[in-house]
Parts: sequence; structure tokens; C-alpha cells
Amino acid sequence: FQDQAEQFFRSGHTNNWAVLVCTSRFWFNYRHVANTLSVYRSVKRLGIPDSHIVLMLADDMACNPRNPKPATVFSHKNMELNVYGDDVEVDYRSYEVTVENFLRVLTGRIPPSTPRSKRLLSDDRSNILIYMTGHGGNGFLKFQDSEEITNVELADAFEQMWQKRRYNELLFIIDTCQGASMYERFYSPNIMALASSQVGEDSLSHQPDLGIGVHLMDRYTFYVLEFLEEIHPASQTNMNDLFQVCPKSLCVSTPGHRTDLFQRDPQKVLITDFFGSVRKVEITTETLSLDRDVAGFES
Amino acid sequence: QVQLVVPMAVVFAPGSVPGDLPRPLPFRDVQEMEISVNLRTSVTSRYEMRYRSTTGQEEAALAAATAREADAALHPLQDTTLGSLTMYVVPETSSLLPQGINVYVGKHRSALLRAVGSLAALQARLREVTQVMSFTATSMAAALSDRVPDGRLNPDARRDLKSSLGYEITFSLLNPDPKSHTVDWDIEGAVNRYVKPVLDKLSLVANFSVDSQILYYAVLGVTPRYDKESSSFLLSAHSLPHVINPVEARLGSSAASLYPVLNFLLYVPERSHSPLYIQDKDGAPVSTNAFHSPRWGGIMVYNVEAPASPQASLPLHVDVDMARVMEVFLAQLRLLFGLSREEVPPEFLLEGPGNEGLADWELDHLLWAHTVENIATVSTTLTSLAQLLDKIGNIVIKDDVASEVYRAVASVQSAVTKLSLGHLHAAFQASKEAVTSSERAFFDPSLLHLLYFPDDQKFAIYIPLFLPMAVPILLSLAKIVRETRQRKKEPTKMD
Repeated sequence: FQDQAEQFFRSGHTNNWAVLVCTSRFWFNYRHVANTLSVYRSVKRLGIPDSHIVLMLADDMACNPRNPKPATVFSHKNMELNVYGDDVEVDYRSYEVTVENFLRVLTGRIPPSTPRSKRLLSDDRSNILIYMTGHGGNGFLKFQDSEEITNVELADAFEQMWQKRRYNELLFIIDTCQGASMYERFYSPNIMALASSQVGEDSLSHQPDLGIGVHLMDRYTFYVLEFLEEIHPASQTNMNDLFQVCPKSLCVSTPGHRTDLFQRDPQKVLITDFFGSVRKVEITTETLSLDRDVAGFES
Repeated sequence: QVQLVVPMAVVFAPGSVPGDLPRPLPFRDVQEMEISVNLRTSVTSRYEMRYRSTTGQEEAALAAATAREADAALHPLQDTTLGSLTMYVVPETSSLLPQGINVYVGKHRSALLRAVGSLAALQARLREVTQVMSFTATSMAAALSDRVPDGRLNPDARRDLKSSLGYEITFSLLNPDPKSHTVDWDIEGAVNRYVKPVLDKLSLVANFSVDSQILYYAVLGVTPRYDKESSSFLLSAHSLPHVINPVEARLGSSAASLYPVLNFLLYVPERSHSPLYIQDKDGAPVSTNAFHSPRWGGIMVYNVEAPASPQASLPLHVDVDMARVMEVFLAQLRLLFGLSREEVPPEFLLEGPGNEGLADWELDHLLWAHTVENIATVSTTLTSLAQLLDKIGNIVIKDDVASEVYRAVASVQSAVTKLSLGHLHAAFQASKEAVTSSERAFFDPSLLHLLYFPDDQKFAIYIPLFLPMAVPILLSLAKIVRETRQRKKEPTKMD
């Protein structure tokens, strides 16, 4: 038990945030929304509250007129898992998902009228999980079929976050074609990155559902979701296990990861350090002695 | 490179003067110490001490029966500016301090010390007292935590609340079993009587807003174990981190303010899980039945006594003893701010702060830490802003951003100057203004740079546009050049 307790204290973070972005619109990109929603569901299940999640979905699949099963988004062709659920809070939806808004959320340069739920209010003790999915290429990620974000801009945004100490540690996961190119340019400390495919490779989708008519999930995120379904808040699984998810035999593409900027050994980093929200607690041993006969202040 | 100046008066009661004073009283002395945080950052502490003997009034005050009465009597006679300290040295044989106690620290800004033979030993004791009452190397390193090289700083050191302009405090009552318990808590009265005095004292540090709520059917994330020996339910220490999460989603927070939220939860366990006790790491029940989480807040479990007769009608009416609850919550509030009294040497006696919640010197402690932290934050922010604007040459800087930057620079310089003069209050206010201005400048929405154009994209965009346009222009230019050259070769050909 002592060891477990010490583990909690070693990571140095006191709160967790998640920024989950789906960048594609149109009905045939159903799988990207399903990807994002599955990560959203895992992250909520493991304890991160909605107030600490910024969910950006570029299109609405659950209530899309082409959805034969309205108000659902499935991740598996047997319709086993409805990742849309009852309790989804989308912060940026539809046309609000733009490169500009994404960078504003990350760097904090948001107009003052933005509500609290649309902000990333992290501090120097926050561990942030950033998940992005959509269509990408060598060095860029396409937003909404009209603009793109380059790996240099992303690296600069992370550097701006680091300068203002808006994160303690950052885990970046990307599921797109040639995803590894997006983390090539990072240069800020304490970032760990995972991608679904190397430069020059395409990330493939998992399986189509003949009833719904589209591919439901991407392979990499499908196997990540399977892996995460077995994690519970007290689990001790570490990052090395996440790196093994979806080998080439299952994924066809080669997932990659980057840990050189990260200071701790990935073996010692728990999955729940990023996907869950396990807080450090201390037993309160002191009390204040109050004089009970004091008269109250009139408010 | 910040210098922190603490004005200190050391007052000798008759019979307590050490034998080896270098000069007769009164005289001044200065003690400086450098706390180096990293290669470029260091904090110098400078204690400006004035040694003198007691005045008649002070002697009369020191003739009191107990140290507490003496402290109360001396309070109107001393210098009460923020940041200053007054030390009264009483004779070794004095009965003012109990046996075995060498230092008594009062509620305000003074302490009573037992005399020692030599000046050097007295100065060692004075140094110990100032470590408790103003700031230490560790507290300065914690305030400047992002500049300390990783590895040298203990990860627990960064757990105090960060300096902020305001904090939002939310008191929540969790009643998971309304069928069995109707819980009444007079939160408004408790806030007025117990919380307001503490927040009024802390109002110097930040703005506080208080709200409260009651949540029904909110359960903890963990099922407690039943212990046959004590016939009670136990929550072990290692399951506590998982308790907070399911509740947190329902707590909510004010949509309008961006200040950090401190949550204080009072949990009344269900009838089927009563009584519920929290166990610490060694398995012993915790006397306060409460735990807290750094930078988040605290939770206290309030057990309802079983009714006298088992046939008592449900729901039972529960009147919460707010004083007992507030004693724990206010203690947790102190701990969240980093005001702990645990690391005090054994021969010190610290006076309890009473209903004000914190002693004056603890307030100073917070102000020192927050001022230094603010100054460090402002200089990091402005430096990184300057680097950003250097890197991206064509960002447009609006006038108000520029004026905020100038204001931030002026305020931070003023804060550093005031610290070196010993004016803690003015320095803190200046540092707050500096932080406000620098944050406004750094996070101005207009400073977004979407201006990265890779070189191959530039070629790919401009060549298809300009090349076809350029071809006829270049060809006709070439033709003109050829013709002029021909005309020059045969200048005299005329018909």
C-alpha cells in the first residue's frame, strides 16, 4: 500500500484536463466523431468531469438526418456500445471547430465573453490529454475540409502553453493518416506523443456497419478503446502498455510514439495520470479552535 | 534578483541584555542572506534590526501574569506595519514563558524570547524565530517553483494554492439518503459568524466569494468496509483519492468567474453505512474525520448518532453542529493556503489565532510568498511575450496591449523597489497590478499568430499565379533589350 500511495505523489499533478477534437465533417466521416466520443467516454468514466473536458466535434452524427438510429453513435458493428450516451457535453460544435478556436483554447487567448465551459483553465499542475482525429497528411491536419493546422503551429502553440506554465505534463494522441508527422516538431518539455501511423502510411478504418452504412471507427482508436475499457480508476497499468496497443498485424499501419521530451520514464507513468483524475489527498490533522459564543456579523 | 527587507525591532527587558554587546543600546544591525533558486534567480533577505531597551509602558506590559496577556498588552505599543516584526527578550529566569519553552509567538507580529548569554546565541534564536514568522528558503523556493530546476524541488512543495486575484469558496452538503436523514445546516449563520472574520482578514490577499448548495443522492465513489471490532464502517486512506470524482461532476461552479474554486463538502453517510470513519495510513481512525486535496478543497464526514430507540420514525432530523464543522473547514482552508504549524521547533509555543483564523504574521507569510510569486510570474510572462513578438515579426500590437505592457513593467519595478524598502503592503498591491496588466497583455485575443507559411507552400501558391503572367512580360522585355542593343551596334544607319 505504501508503494501505491507513493506512486500518487510522484507525478506531481493535481488536476486533469482533456481536449478532444474531431476535425472532419460530413456523414461519411462518422468514424472520426465515433473516435472522439469513445475517448470522451473513457475519460469521463475514469473520472475527469465535464468541467475539465473541452470537446470539439465538427459535425453532428447522432442527430444527422442520415443516421438510421438517431441519437446514437456506435463504435462497433454489433451496436454494442453507444458512445453518445445520455450525458454528452459538446463545447465546440459544428462550424465553431476551427484552427483559430483550437489554438485559442490551447493558448488561452480567448475573448473575454467566452463562457467557462469553453475554456481550458489549466495551471502548472495540470496534466492535459489532447486527442485529435480527422484527415491528415505529412505535417498537417485538415479542419472542416477548408483549412489546416500544421505541425509547426501546433508545436508553437504547445510552446506558448509551456511558457505560461499551462500544463505540467501533456499527452498528445493523434489518429490520422501520417499522424507521426504531427509530433515531429514538438520542442517543449514534458510532452509525450502517440500517433496511429508513421509518415508515409495511412491509418485505416476498422469495419463498416451495413445497417448504418459507414465505417464506424478507426482501427487505432478502436483498439485503444478496447484497452481503456479494462482500465478502472485504481489500475496501475502504465504507458508502455499503451504503446503496445494495436500492433501492425491488427492495425496495418505502424503506430508510433515519442517520449524524448518527457522527463519521467514511461514505465512509471500510469494511464490514469492522463485519462483519469486521481487526486492527491492528505488527511486533515489540524483543527482551528473557534470561540462559539462570538456574535455574528450582520450581512 | 529581489531583495526582501524585514524591519525588525529587538527590545530587551531589564535583566535580559547579553553581556557581549558590541555597542551600548540602542543600535542598528543588518543581517543578509542569499537564497539562490537557479543560476539567474536569487532572493536576498535582509533583516534590518534595531536593538533597544524597553520603555516604561512596555515594562509594565511585560509584568503581566501570562505570555498571552503580555502579548495583548504589548500590541498597541508596537509597530504594526505589514511585514515588520518585534521581538521582546525577557530574562532567563522570567516566569512569563512556561518551563521548557524558549519562544512564545503571539497572534500579532511579536514574539517573546527567553534571553541567552551571548549575542551570537541570541542571534541564532532570532534567526529561528524569523524563519517561522516571515519566510524561509523553502517557502521562497516554493513560491518560485517554476524556476527551480527539476529534481531539486520536492514534488509536494508545489501544492499550495497559486497566487490569484480571487478565490471562490463553495460549501456543499451531500445527503445521499434523504429518506433517512433530513439534514438542516445553518450555513448562512455559520458563514457570517465563523467564515467572514477569516475572509475579512484574508481580503488583503485576494477577493473571496462564498456560495453554498445542498446535493441529494450524491454518493461517494467508494464503498466503505464494515469493521466488526468497532462496528463501524471504515474508509481506508488509499481509497480516498477515488472518493472525489463522482461527486465533482455534480458540484458545478459559477459560470461567470474564472477564479480557482475551493470546494468544502460535508458528507452525511447513509443510514446503512453509519457510522463512517476515515482511517489514516496506519489504520487508526482520524479524529477530524476529514481529508483535503491540494488546490481543490476538503471533505468532512459528519456522523449522525443512532437514534435512541430503533423504532424512531424516519426521516431523522439532523441539526448540524456548524461550529465543529467550521473548525475543520477553516483548518483545511489554512492548509490549502500553506499555513501549517507542523514544522515548528519544540521549544516554541504558538498562540492560536482564534476566530480570526490566522495570525498577523501568517498573513505576512502569505503576502511575502504571493508577492515574490507575482513578481516572478510577471517577469516570465513579459519575457516570453517579448520572445513571441520577436519571433513573429508581423504581429500587430494594439495600443492597449502596449499600454498594458508598460503598466506591467512600471508596476513590477515599483514592487521590487518597495520590497527593498520594507513596505510589504505596497509591494504586494503593486505586484497584483503588475500581474493583472501582464496577464491582460499576454492573453489578449488579438495576439494570435496563424502565420506559418512553409517555403514550399509559398512556391506552390505564387508560381502558378505569377509564372504565366511573367512569361509575356519577360519575353517582351527581352525583345526590347535585343532591339536597343541592335540599334546601338548600328547607330548611324539612317535613310
